Amino acid sequence: MAEYEPRPSAWGGLNVLLDTPAKRGIAIGCVLLVMAVAPMLFGPYATVILTNALLYSILALGLNIVVGYAGLLDLGYAAFFAVGAYAVGILTTTFGWNFWATLPVAVLAAMLAGIIIGGPTLRLRSDYLAIVTLGFGEIVRIAARNLKITGAASGITGIEQPWLFGWHIATPVDFYYVFLVLTIIGILVSVRLANSRLGRAWLYVRHDEDAAEAMGIDRVRVKLAAYVIGAIYGSIGGAFFAVNFTAISPESFSFKQSTLFLMAVILGGMGKIPGVILGAFVVVLAPELLRDLGSFRYLIFAVGLLLIMLYRPSGIWPVGNRR
Amino acid sequence: MTLTAILAQQLVNGLVLGSFYALVALGYTMVFGVVKLLNFAHGDLYMVGAFGGFIALSLVSGFAGVGWLGVALAILLSMIAVGFLGVVIERIAYAPMLKAPRLSILITALAVSLVLQNGVLTLSNGQVMAFSPKLGFAGIDVFGLFINYKQIALAGTAAVLMLGLELFISRTQYGRAMRAVSVDKDMSELMGIDVNRVIALTFFVGSALAAAAGTMAGAYYGSIWYFMGFLIGLKAFTAAVIGGIGSIPGAMLGGLTLGLLESFGTQIPGIGSEWKDVFSFSVLIVVLVLKPTGLLGKSEQERM
Repeated sequence: MAEYEPRPSAWGGLNVLLDTPAKRGIAIGCVLLVMAVAPMLFGPYATVILTNALLYSILALGLNIVVGYAGLLDLGYAAFFAVGAYAVGILTTTFGWNFWATLPVAVLAAMLAGIIIGGPTLRLRSDYLAIVTLGFGEIVRIAARNLKITGAASGITGIEQPWLFGWHIATPVDFYYVFLVLTIIGILVSVRLANSRLGRAWLYVRHDEDAAEAMGIDRVRVKLAAYVIGAIYGSIGGAFFAVNFTAISPESFSFKQSTLFLMAVILGGMGKIPGVILGAFVVVLAPELLRDLGSFRYLIFAVGLLLIMLYRPSGIWPVGNRR
Repeated sequence: MTLTAILAQQLVNGLVLGSFYALVALGYTMVFGVVKLLNFAHGDLYMVGAFGGFIALSLVSGFAGVGWLGVALAILLSMIAVGFLGVVIERIAYAPMLKAPRLSILITALAVSLVLQNGVLTLSNGQVMAFSPKLGFAGIDVFGLFINYKQIALAGTAAVLMLGLELFISRTQYGRAMRAVSVDKDMSELMGIDVNRVIALTFFVGSALAAAAGTMAGAYYGSIWYFMGFLIGLKAFTAAVIGGIGSIPGAMLGGLTLGLLESFGTQIPGIGSEWKDVFSFSVLIVVLVLKPTGLLGKSEQERM
């Protein structure tokens, strides 16, 4: 059976240092303060990169629910990202909807896609889900490239940037704060989910499916819930991605994207929220730092992923005390 | 062209395509049967095989030329090289993980796939390379249907390899050991079978078959690039599932079925060739929903 694994705690190995609520509060406060003033500190280029890192954080948080919490491998996560982005892109440009009205549609579309793909495959061995999600990712990308409504290979351009109570969200700094708020909401939801009844059911199913089922947990329903919640995160990320860049094209949603999201989750440590965020930042920032290396950097990433799986499967975030 | 001529042409195309799928699907199924691992890197071994064949052809072209003999030697060399690569991958990446949770093995397999892909990407600078042995365009005419010698050689080689594999599995001692390990690994070990060696052999044979398919595909289509293994990996998996994963005749049958489904499917009005891949993944999903054990697979209980 699976080796002993401590109940994941958001704080991981930092429990030793941050052992009181006050210390944790200070740590969170410091991180928030730095994030809040980051655009002023680091300048416009860094703001764009950090915004991207926050977008990856949201997606990694969503994928973490599927992979880290429920223990399912999703290799086509970019598909949900694409569904969200295209729903917004099509409804705002072709049908002239308001961005905020398209958001629920984007989320519903992704949930529906999640149920269609997850429903039949989650009954089978978990390996099947991995490969079916891979196929689903390709289906969505090919469909986006060939359908007229998605603008075929050139994609959709001229997506209008949204207004919020008289505030036109348009500059990179505006979007930085939007993504920061979204990330914080994503973290709060993830933490609440982990501690909920559903979160405990995921933990149980991940450790021992048969025992969980014997205890009365409906494993298909519980897995499907994880898959669909992951889809919601993905579509929200995609929706805001679309309005941030105002243009989307099929190649933004390739298999490479899906693997990058997955890498973010695994690199930091599956199931650990600070680890996942750290992973997302590493995945976005490392190519910036390694830009001179060209395509070689992907090889470094791939070798890194392999080494992590072989030598430190719990990710780079410190492992918690074995309680 | 008349409708019959089009359909006959599609039949030939489907069989050629199906041979590739079947060869790659065999490796998936064999590895899955023996170690219950979904080897995501299998499609990439096909790609590495194509590059291996490309390099081998340039090595042997001095004395064997770049015609039929050269290609045959290139296929053979590539099979041996990639076979050993498969064994090395198994030893380095999979062997330590076989007792780990399933999610970890799957991610490791994905990591191996990415290492191979990006390794070749770096070495080839991401370029599409021309793989053009001089095999000519001659062929024979069968009732007005033109069949290229390349197509005949390809389907023939695939058939010989598959027949050889079938004999190997059913008639030799190693084949019997392989079958025993796929039924019950622990019990086989108690019976004195060197399980590690059988696993290594399985990876060798599976990878070598993928390399043969890769080299032939490179020579047939005339170009190779680092991402060519991705789609065929998916398709071969689909083929293995259609036939029933873990079943060797199933992989052959599934490969040919998928090849034919694809080439005829694209003739249905509304499904152009750009929808070909969507068509096969939809087939995969439909098979998984309706008959997850495939055509020849045995029903399998979820692990206990």
